[in-house]
Amino acid sequence: MNFEFSEEQGMLRDSVARYIQDSYDFDTRRKIAASEEAMSRANWQTFAELGWLSVPFAEEHGGFGGSPVDTMVVMEEFGKGLVLEPYLATVLLFGGLLQRGGTVEQQAELIPRIIEGGCLGAFAYLERQSRYELADIKTTASAQGDGFVLNGEKVVVFNGASADQLIVSARTRGEQADQDGITLLLVPADAAGIERRSYRLMDGQLVANIVFKDVQVPAANVLGEQHAGLALITDVVTAANIALAAEALGIMGQLNAKTLEYTKTRKQFGVAIGSFQALQHRMVDTFMAYEQTKSLLYRAVCELDGGGDDVAACVHALKVMVERSGRKILGEAIQLHGGMGITDELDIGHYVKRLLMINTTFGNGDYHQAQFNQLRYSA
Amino acid sequence: MDTSFAPEDLAFRDEVRAFFAEAYDAELQARLNKLDTFKDAVIDWQKRLYQQGWIAPGWPKEHGGTGWNATQKFIYETERTAAGIRDVIPFGLNMVGPVIYEFGNQEQKERFLPRILQSEDWWCQGYSEPGAGSDLASLKTKAVREGDEYVVTGAKIWTSYAQYADWIFCLVRTNSDGKKQEGISFLLIDMKSPGIKVNPIVSIDNHYSLNEVEFNDVRVPVANLIGEQDKGWTYAKALLAHERTAIAGVADSKRNLAQTREFAGREVNGGKSLLSDPLFQKRLSDIEIELMALEYTELRVLASVASGGAPGAESSLLKIKGTEVQQAVQELKMEVAAYYQGVLLNDLAPEKLGHDFGSQARQSYMYGRAATIYGGSNEVQKNVIAKAVLGL
Repeated sequence: MNFEFSEEQGMLRDSVARYIQDSYDFDTRRKIAASEEAMSRANWQTFAELGWLSVPFAEEHGGFGGSPVDTMVVMEEFGKGLVLEPYLATVLLFGGLLQRGGTVEQQAELIPRIIEGGCLGAFAYLERQSRYELADIKTTASAQGDGFVLNGEKVVVFNGASADQLIVSARTRGEQADQDGITLLLVPADAAGIERRSYRLMDGQLVANIVFKDVQVPAANVLGEQHAGLALITDVVTAANIALAAEALGIMGQLNAKTLEYTKTRKQFGVAIGSFQALQHRMVDTFMAYEQTKSLLYRAVCELDGGGDDVAACVHALKVMVERSGRKILGEAIQLHGGMGITDELDIGHYVKRLLMINTTFGNGDYHQAQFNQLRYSA
Repeated sequence: MDTSFAPEDLAFRDEVRAFFAEAYDAELQARLNKLDTFKDAVIDWQKRLYQQGWIAPGWPKEHGGTGWNATQKFIYETERTAAGIRDVIPFGLNMVGPVIYEFGNQEQKERFLPRILQSEDWWCQGYSEPGAGSDLASLKTKAVREGDEYVVTGAKIWTSYAQYADWIFCLVRTNSDGKKQEGISFLLIDMKSPGIKVNPIVSIDNHYSLNEVEFNDVRVPVANLIGEQDKGWTYAKALLAHERTAIAGVADSKRNLAQTREFAGREVNGGKSLLSDPLFQKRLSDIEIELMALEYTELRVLASVASGGAPGAESSLLKIKGTEVQQAVQELKMEVAAYYQGVLLNDLAPEKLGHDFGSQARQSYMYGRAATIYGGSNEVQKNVIAKAVLGL
């Protein structure tokens, strides 16, 4: 039994960490966030050259053949730097769906392009009414001739504004919230009948609402099995939730470290405020919250990596813990920084906002706790 | 990253499991659960472990320990608690024993260690005093040297099982000059010595295991001093490290949580199983999720110890989180019992009472309050982390 990273994983971590340290400081990041696409295509090319875009893909497509642990390593470091480039949207969601459910032709065409940085992707799953239910889908794909006609609207699509290619979840039969009857379709973002409206979220990322009006999709663009897309979505989202938790852990570590450092230098009443026991015990609480989150992350990633039968429960538990620990940590980070904690100038608030977006992505703590309870306690 | 056990570890686990299933039989358990047979049953069980060679997992082989590695110790502990088997009485085996083999002289080792291993002597611990709790070093029980003897005067408190004990190991003040930690000595005292008086303390669970022990001019041979006079604090601190192994109590909490869940499945509220109540489910999973994390926190500490790291302030984290989870489970289990949590005595058979776990759940809850107080209160543990980990 060991919790060490392999030599390769250590090198991967160091490579991302060094990049963040040298080329992704807070001011640089702020400029990227304010730019038109809220990300840097030049950085994306660098990610490609450093091999990071290849991490989860199979070697037959030029990928690194990495495990969930490798993805975790990358995402934790991205969290520390609040990286804006669309790794989750393009590599883990769009790429994850292709890797798991794509046809041989789809994979051969798109995965190498993702790896070289030449294809940005997005997964359009969320609708106005669906909140955290992945199966709540009104967008329809009706059979027509040798393909489908897509109609409907997707909202808050991560990387939706910049993506070249979309994977869209659509209903091909059944009622609005049925688990059956969901089909995934690969759609070029510039297809006729697509209208995109982009806007920014509090964490700096640019997202889009996308309207599909009589968009023609050939049958060859179905991803995975027709009507049975939900299982594929669930698998990819489960892995993505672990990756997001790793990103959150990176953020929590930064918040704790920065807060601790601040209390050692900030003086009030003639002493460093870190000398006050009332604050010390709160920082011990956030330290423990961080360690407990890390433990559940390791548990979930080992379970997924080892093909265990408790992956779903572990991931639900992890999302609950990320929210619980995250709220404690972000709250203390703001409070202990005093007035500076509520300024836009300081990086603390930016970490906080990304952490809050992670909490709400693919289900908040309450949603996942209800799922956990259902799995564990229903007869 | 790899959380699987090696084949030899799995074989070891099977061996431990088989032994416990056979040796910890119903008759023994019944005797352990009755007050008048408790002491003899404990001794019988510990002698059985001694014959098996497993009485001292934490001791080095040369002193009669098992020589197990960290993983084997972990497996043993996990299996023991999963099977609901009580730990050995810690005062001899986990506390004074290690102090004697680390700091005692040859004569003391020969005299005391075999009798500890064979459970011939029952030990108790004389640390806390009426005026010295978390601030242990402020202790005042005095030992004054007179020829070949110390004369001990003062009082110790919260002394578990002093009523059964043959020996007590004590921290006593031999010097009042200088820093308070520097004038403390570590003495072994025969409980049959004239001048010792044991006063019972009934605890909040209505049980009697705690005592106050008075020392009125008790004469103790100098040969019973461990190491050097005035250096006892060093030895006591080393002992605390032993006390904190497996302190998280993960396996115990897992078993208790599974029981709570099972009991809740049997309770009916408004025609529905309590276990199906969303509010109850939330309370249960709040704890279960914390415990799932704690289990891996413990594994991470263990893995780091196995690869040569020292369990430092991590054991404080395990103590704090472990006791918080323990208490949360105890509280929830008591709540499951509803009115029956109040039942005081078990003189009505469960089938007549209509309920079988209320009193036990309450007693665990009540005595369980001590867990965040003893062994260095959780607030003191937070001070330790603040200093050692956070550098504050």
